[in-house]
This record gives sequence, C-alpha cells and structure tokens, in this order.
Amino acid sequence: MATDKNQGLQTREARDIATTTEATRPGVLLTPPVDIFEDADAITVLADMPGVEPGHLKIDLHDGVLTITGHAAAREVSNEVTVLQEYRAGTFQRSFTLSEAIDQEQIQATLKQGVLRLRLPKAARAKPRQIRIQTG
Amino acid sequence: MIVRHVSPWSPGWSAPTSNFAQMRRDMESLMERLTGVATDESAAGVFPPMNVSEDRDSYYVRALIPGIDAAQLNVSVVHQTIAVSGTRQSPEEEGASYHRKERAEGAFSRSVTLPASFDGGRVHAKYVDGILTLTLPKPEAAKPRRVTVQTS
Repeated sequence: MATDKNQGLQTREARDIATTTEATRPGVLLTPPVDIFEDADAITVLADMPGVEPGHLKIDLHDGVLTITGHAAAREVSNEVTVLQEYRAGTFQRSFTLSEAIDQEQIQATLKQGVLRLRLPKAARAKPRQIRIQTG
Repeated sequence: MIVRHVSPWSPGWSAPTSNFAQMRRDMESLMERLTGVATDESAAGVFPPMNVSEDRDSYYVRALIPGIDAAQLNVSVVHQTIAVSGTRQSPEEEGASYHRKERAEGAFSRSVTLPASFDGGRVHAKYVDGILTLTLPKPEAAKPRRVTVQTS
C-alpha cells in the first residue's frame, strides 16, 4: 500500500538524519590517515593523530559503526605570530562500518607518539572455524 | 623521499608578497570556518607538514611526525636553515591481511629557511604526542630593544 511505503521511507530518512555526525566543537574537522589490518583473532586500526592527548580521545562503537574522535589543541601560544602555516590544529574524526562481530569488552586502545592503535578482538562466534568434511 | 626547500623570504627584508600569504591564510581560515572542513595539506605532498611562528625571543618550528622514535629523528642547523630527516616504518604485521594502508612511510627529509638568523648553538628540540617542536632562540642583536629618546 502506498501509505505503508511512505511510512517506511520516513523512518529511514529520520534515521539518516540521526546518524549524520556534526562536530560539537567549533573548528576544523580533519581526517586521519589509517591502516587497518585483520588477523585470525582481531582487527587492528592504526590512526595518525598528532597532537592528541590521551584525555582528548573518544572511541565509540555502536550498531557496528566505529567512530574515533580526537581533539588536538593548537601548540602556538597567543603571543606567537605565524610565519608559515602548513597544518591546522583541529578535531580528528573518522567512522568505519565493521562487518565482523566485535567483542566490545576486550577492545584495547593505546595512544603513543600521536598514533592511535586500536585492537578490536573478534567475538568467538565470528572467528573462523574449521569444518571437517567427512567422507563416507 | 620527499625533499623540498621552503624559502619564501629574502633575507633582511620581509618579502613584498608576505601580505598576500597572510591574506591567503585568512581566506582559507574563513572558508574553513564556513564549511568546517580543512583544506587537505597532504595534497601538497610535503612531509612532515610544518608550522613556523615567532615571538620576541625565538622562532618555533612545529612538525607533525606521528609514530617515530625520537632517536630516529635527525635535526641539523646550517646558517638560517634547519633540516629535519628520518625514516618512518610501520612494522609489517605477520599473517595479517590489510584492508587499508593510508599512513605514509619511508624516508623523509625537509629543510626550512627562516627569515632571520638564530642562535644555532642553543636550539632546543622536543618530541611530544607526535609533534616535533624546535625552539630557535634569536640572537641578542635581533631582539627588539627599547631606545630612550632624550630631550635636551
């Protein structure tokens, strides 16, 4: 029925709006470059986020979407005058859709030398399992 | 390997184009405030990106070099030029399959010429949170000095 279809479309639009992210802080939004690799037990994400202190990092995982947000404060003191500017301090943010089921309790995050290392262990049911084929 | 010299200044005098550089920076920051998205510096292909600023006493050079051991960084000073070089290597994970590999790696080398001389013997370097900060003190003669005007 036409009305039903209409309703379905509306809920979807509403959800799309709800998931559209917007920065809460004013300032520039930066996309950190990442490496993502996977082994039998876990998915590991490495992200370059120079200038982000551990207290200013947020990692969020829900509905299969992983979002990392880190705020890098400008190092320049107010009485300094800019001579050359090639980068800007701001908020690093990136989201990924994870296809594997992740064991949320076991997520490990370390931030060292401006690089975030995030280890997302796979939940037991998502690990590859050998299936023996019996010949009769 | 990326090598680039940046020397937008003529020594002694500030370049006549410096006003345009400032204007361009202002325009970019205005655009960013309107759109909320930064202009992509990686498009410039320069690694590491550097900011240079100054105050009364020193020049400050801040370079974004995430994920490197401080021992792997070489900083050298010749006249008005500072050079930063090193190698960034991510250890390849064994038995892992890569979904994405965007982080740059390999050897890099960059030099920046400052608009005026600095005291090369007192340069201070510090590496925190993936940012290399160099403090280059200005020589006494280059610091602004107050001159008293005498009345007869």
